[in-house]
Amino acid sequence: MDELKKDFPILNSSNVAYLDSGATTQKPQAVIDAVDKYYKTQNANPHRGAYSLSIEATRVYEEGREKIAQFISSETSSQIIFTKNASEALNLIAYSYGLENLKKDDEVVLSIMEHHSNLVPWQFVTKKTNSKLKYMYINENFELSDEEIYSKITDNTKIVGITHVSNVTGTINDVEKIIKYAHKKGAIVVLDASQSIPHMKIDVQKLDADFVVFSGHKMLSPLGIGVLYGKKNILENMNPFLMGGDMIEYVYEQETTFAPLPSKFEAGTQNVGGVVGLCAAIDYIEMVGYENIQKHEKEVVNYAINKLKELDYIKLYITPNESNHSAVVSFNIIGVHPHDVASILDANGVCVRSGNHCAQPLMRYLGIDSTCRASFYLYNTKEDVDKLVDSIQKAYKMFEKYLSK
Amino acid sequence: MDNLEELYNDIIMEHSMNSYNKKELKSCDFCEMGHNPNCGDEIKLEVKLNGDIIEDMAFTGHGCAISQSSTSVMIDVLKGKTIKEAKDIIETFINMIKREIKDEKELEKLEDAIAFKNISNMPARVKCALLAWHTMEELLNKKGE
Repeated sequence: MDELKKDFPILNSSNVAYLDSGATTQKPQAVIDAVDKYYKTQNANPHRGAYSLSIEATRVYEEGREKIAQFISSETSSQIIFTKNASEALNLIAYSYGLENLKKDDEVVLSIMEHHSNLVPWQFVTKKTNSKLKYMYINENFELSDEEIYSKITDNTKIVGITHVSNVTGTINDVEKIIKYAHKKGAIVVLDASQSIPHMKIDVQKLDADFVVFSGHKMLSPLGIGVLYGKKNILENMNPFLMGGDMIEYVYEQETTFAPLPSKFEAGTQNVGGVVGLCAAIDYIEMVGYENIQKHEKEVVNYAINKLKELDYIKLYITPNESNHSAVVSFNIIGVHPHDVASILDANGVCVRSGNHCAQPLMRYLGIDSTCRASFYLYNTKEDVDKLVDSIQKAYKMFEKYLSK
Repeated sequence: MDNLEELYNDIIMEHSMNSYNKKELKSCDFCEMGHNPNCGDEIKLEVKLNGDIIEDMAFTGHGCAISQSSTSVMIDVLKGKTIKEAKDIIETFINMIKREIKDEKELEKLEDAIAFKNISNMPARVKCALLAWHTMEELLNKKGE
């Protein structure tokens, strides 16, 4: 597995310890080549031209949809909607489903771990519809307890928004349990798989989720391509989100009829190059295999956690239950601001994120302003961890004599 | 790394960790909140005037060593100055960070705040250093209204 790093040009040329894959991953040569080949030999506007190049671009685009449907075990490829990222997919759901279906006193229930993208749109639609927004809070292990799930999701709950893996704590939520219970209560579930699908197999039918969203760029694909999966009957009953070219059937001066799925939700010229890159990313992930990815990540992440635990000035924000923890490790040097730590790490060739990680309500709930976050992926090695730990020690040394004890 | 150790120098560290300027004034004439939403840094500046002179200043809030020390050093520099002098110093500081100062002599009026000169080599941290200065600029502009 340590050989995989060679497949990533940016990691070869810059020699940094890249520990910010939770924000975006680096891209393997195979993905870069696939996109390059598309623009060199296959590019035209799909669904438009009668000429062979346009037909080729259409073929590439639609075969990509098929591939993604198979990858996540969707019933049909028409339930795969391309978006620019998970945020756009979540906004689509909030506007086209939430705004239309929520009524006064209905409830939307989210976890406090949600990324702003699965939180702010729900604030907007619950305010617009006079419905209520409620949160499931985490316990001292940074996990949602059963009691919390069962007490917050009620007969009034119509929508549950839940992230599969927290981008701050790395907690893997028991989404199967949440989905089952939400359905029992008559609610639909919006699953944010952005932080999970790079690391684990997603089977939308097995999960029985009503909506699943993810961004390509967090799973080795280029920026600017995301996926929305939805159950067919739900998608068919929804209004379009964005309107324009390619999502229509007949357009009259005053009226329009819309195209069937999936085109109904894909207005304007789509990101075919992005789909090509996403498909190549899936090939790469499948070539390595989720089992190997997980085994390798576990080894590297556990090594990191153990090393960090040896430093008594480090506070970790992770669950002690190893099986519920993914590849994200949030930490702070006690008394030192994360931005200062991140700058010092950067000067030592270590890339970590610092800040609130687009999760301000979670930060407020935890009583902190921000954290440093090291997030790992298949190309990270124990050497990356050693670099991280070395530079944390350097950062601490710089601040040590000024820290008021 | 060299740049960085130059930046995290004694002035900046002392001011960021245990600043005597970090407190609330018993009474103040003006106060202004400043924040960087992307990183969560927040400060509240309090100013007490005596006529045209900044008689006393203090701050509260939280943030990184750069934003906290920059605030504290700014208070040291601006205390006792007239509003006009303060505006001029603020402008000079902002221009120093933007590397728009041609004549190095101009920087003398910044006193200890010259310690932040090298922040311009770290684009990701420029906004941390400027937070207090922009907030004070805003406060003084409002005061003139």
